[in-house]
Amino acid sequence: MFYGVSLTAILVALWLTLSGSYTLSGDYPIVMGLGVISIVIAVALTFRMRIVDRETVPVAPAPALFGYWSWLGGEIVKANLAVTRLVMKPEIDIEPRLVRVPAQQRSGLGLCVFANSITLTPGTVTVDIEDDGFLVHALDTSFTDPAGFAEMGARADSATDGRRKEVK
Amino acid sequence: MNWGEILQYALFAGSVAAMTTGLVFVLAGAIGVIRLPDFYTRMHAAGVTDTLGAELITLGLILQAQDWQTVAKLLLVGLLVFLTSPTASHAIANAAHRAGHKPRLSRFHPAHPAEAGKASGEGH
Repeated sequence: MFYGVSLTAILVALWLTLSGSYTLSGDYPIVMGLGVISIVIAVALTFRMRIVDRETVPVAPAPALFGYWSWLGGEIVKANLAVTRLVMKPEIDIEPRLVRVPAQQRSGLGLCVFANSITLTPGTVTVDIEDDGFLVHALDTSFTDPAGFAEMGARADSATDGRRKEVK
Repeated sequence: MNWGEILQYALFAGSVAAMTTGLVFVLAGAIGVIRLPDFYTRMHAAGVTDTLGAELITLGLILQAQDWQTVAKLLLVGLLVFLTSPTASHAIANAAHRAGHKPRLSRFHPAHPAEAGKASGEGH
């Protein structure tokens, strides 16, 4: 129920932001009416599909995720500069690598955030998902530092599922 | 000239700076796609275009926006690019991997462009 209410609230906020009309007595009352109808249909359909849970409506980890994204933004800028430097040099000198990155996130959401973070950082792309890790293609050996992957994985894990209490 | 005008000029200068920097990264991505040797490595160059390039151009547009609603919409566009571009990159990479396309894993170190005319072909 909590997720249903959150989903409705998010959709209402989205509609109001995108349409920009807030009252039924405004110039275009039909905009408001269509918004109400769309939101009711959308929420009803998601309930009928039984997909309303913490993965599709990630409101609980949202504040931690925004913190994680700002850290990730810094990493992305650094990786962008590194890739740009490699590509723009008169003499290209790269050594591409396929590496296995272990992933110990506790939930599917954590694994998804970690895999997408690796892909979003230029220089590394998640190519395949394996049982206990990812297959990652790296542009150069300088992008395959295991400590960097481990730090990103730990941050993705604590951003989605809270701080790790004890090692299971 | 009052403070309001100065703020307007500062915002405009910031916007132009952000968009110009974004364009530099888009250009770097395009150059990378041409210069790098195989499919997987070219994808990394394309990644520069749709992370820092796209986000910096969006930031430049945000700085020019006149009302909060445009700002909110542009922020949503930025968030959408941030969330969808890795999904698309992974889908493409995974499709190539499943189709059996092998990445080239040896060192790629072609000659300097100034000498490239003498020995044509990049050391495959």
